[in-house]
Amino acid sequence: MSGTALRLPWWADYILLPLLNLLLALLAAGLVVVATGENPLDAVVTMVNGAFGSGEGIGYTLYYATDMIYTGLAVAVAFHCGLFNIGAEGQAYIAGLGVALVCLYLDFLPFWLVLPLAIAGAALFGAGYAAIPGWLQAKRGSHIVITTIMTNFIAYAAMEYILVNVLIKPGQMSPETRYFAPNAVLPKMDAMFAAIGVDIAATPLNLAFVVALLCIALVWVLIWHTRWGYSLRVVGASPRAAVYAGIAPAGRVIQAMLLSGALAGGVALNEVMGAQGKLLINFPSGYGFTGIAVALMGRNHPLGVLIAAILFGALYQGGAELTFDMPAISPYLVVALQGLVILFTGGLATMLRPALVRALRIGAGAR
Amino acid sequence: MNKLLPAAVLAAAVAGVAATAPARADSIKPAILFDMGGKFDKGFNEGVYNGSQIFSKQTGIKIHEFEVQNEGQREQTLRKFAKAGDDPVLAIGFAQADGLTVVAKEYPKTKFGIIDMVVDLPNVHSFVFKEQEGSYLAGMLAAMATTTKKVGFVGGMDIPLISKFACGYVQGVKAVDPSIAVYQNMTGTTPSAWNDPVRGGELAKSQMERGADVVYAAAGATGLGVLQAVSDAGKLAIGVDSDQNYLHPGHMLTSMVKRVDVATQDFLTDAKAGKFTGGLSALGLKEGGVDVAFDKDNAAIVKPEWKAKVEAAKKDIIAGKIAVHNYMDDNKCPVS
Repeated sequence: MSGTALRLPWWADYILLPLLNLLLALLAAGLVVVATGENPLDAVVTMVNGAFGSGEGIGYTLYYATDMIYTGLAVAVAFHCGLFNIGAEGQAYIAGLGVALVCLYLDFLPFWLVLPLAIAGAALFGAGYAAIPGWLQAKRGSHIVITTIMTNFIAYAAMEYILVNVLIKPGQMSPETRYFAPNAVLPKMDAMFAAIGVDIAATPLNLAFVVALLCIALVWVLIWHTRWGYSLRVVGASPRAAVYAGIAPAGRVIQAMLLSGALAGGVALNEVMGAQGKLLINFPSGYGFTGIAVALMGRNHPLGVLIAAILFGALYQGGAELTFDMPAISPYLVVALQGLVILFTGGLATMLRPALVRALRIGAGAR
Repeated sequence: MNKLLPAAVLAAAVAGVAATAPARADSIKPAILFDMGGKFDKGFNEGVYNGSQIFSKQTGIKIHEFEVQNEGQREQTLRKFAKAGDDPVLAIGFAQADGLTVVAKEYPKTKFGIIDMVVDLPNVHSFVFKEQEGSYLAGMLAAMATTTKKVGFVGGMDIPLISKFACGYVQGVKAVDPSIAVYQNMTGTTPSAWNDPVRGGELAKSQMERGADVVYAAAGATGLGVLQAVSDAGKLAIGVDSDQNYLHPGHMLTSMVKRVDVATQDFLTDAKAGKFTGGLSALGLKEGGVDVAFDKDNAAIVKPEWKAKVEAAKKDIIAGKIAVHNYMDDNKCPVS
């Protein structure tokens, strides 16, 4: 059982194995669907159709995927430094404040000035909030898992207070700000395509998706093609080796959390400045936590995160279509389905690997 | 003239056909969009669900339902309902207002309804409740029942809507006796605050330790924990939304009922009868939209003179002699 004995071609490791795991998850979910008295094949067709069968479906799938790209990248970057950032949810929430402050109070500026300022606001607030657990981990040894969970709750409370007491548009029930001025809202994809004469379905998909794709490239370059990224990975792999190599782990830990929090802030860009056009309560809706599953499934690689994010976006959108068309299937069943996908593709990711190695060896013939 | 007659008959016949087409509107295709928390939340959404089920049983009409899981789905699902030909469409909760405003404009021929918020469009009927009025009466009862001159309030999530309940309650208490202290606690700052009976119970216990002997819970399923703790301690509790007196007979002073079930039934029945109108129904004491519950389970607790005072105040509120301040008007409460 040495490492070389278990070597697989890259396509088997990165494509075949995840696909097999996904299939297993769908089979297990199918059993649950059977138990509700619905036809599992119909359910799968409805989900896939709902997620990819129409322009509207694709738009919503990619819109959800945008949030998960940001949080997936946030978790992945921290993970490369050996940190498990559970706090993307809270960091995204606080980043919403950064975006909203720019969009509410600097909306006299033209869009091309508001946009970079809002991105900076999201990144600064997200990074600043992630810096607290980062600093505590680096300098005080407080475990990052505990501190990021705690900072989530502080973020909920703080944002709640700010929205209810400070930023709320007076005379309304819902704790949310006024709508941003049109020049402080990210253009929707349909509007952007309409401008070049292409007609696509109206969905919340917006410019933040393009920024998310840029972030994927940025993370890829930073982590694998810079000296800084290398040192980050060394700290993640072995802090003691890093010290021996002359790298100070404490600095890298804080920097990794800063980048992680800034990336989580992208959710605020997509939701607050993009889809909603206002800051509203509880807008991160758990994307920070789904990001953990996305990073896990994407093996912490930016491209893997992209694929996993699209898969989870499809599960969100297809799942909604499923409960819309099949009332016997409750929304909680869709959550269970997502859980099964996480279990098989994340938790049991390598369960099938030994069997796959054997199967491929037989296929290739004995050496 | 004679030549024109057949044409006139034909025209009348065509008009007749056209006129009979809407008559088939009694086979409506209603849809309900529930808020986060879902249709089995033991409170607000479930009240709507129960009302819709009564309508379903009476008419045999099935209702297309959807439970919102995230913000992005609100507008999306309303549009999908309308696109699928569902009509009327009822949106539950104040958070649906923005999505509904957009979709109702896109589908001006579809009939929409919304509960707990106002959307001012010709094809939308808005239902809001004057929770402050019912809470005022609940506060009066609490003030008359307390022997320690201390009463409590446990809210769910800390949002203006719940402050509206609290503010009405405090006004009712102070109207009876300004020297009575009111302890107020909100359960939390996230939607999970609607569903945390353990924490609700703890908050009620701490208020009782400080001397409160009547506690009003306006906190969804969290309130169930409040009622349990208060009843275990042998004190008096006030329920909310539906009549919860039956939960702990002998320990329930009353319940502030908010008839979302009736609003739902009315909305669906009107639509079926072709009597839908756009506009606003602000349901207070006068309209029977809110009230305090008197039934066999609290008959032994509520003294006749308390009931008489409450009934008198109710008449005065309806007549406009007592003005109960609405917290939502200015996000402020004149008393605390």
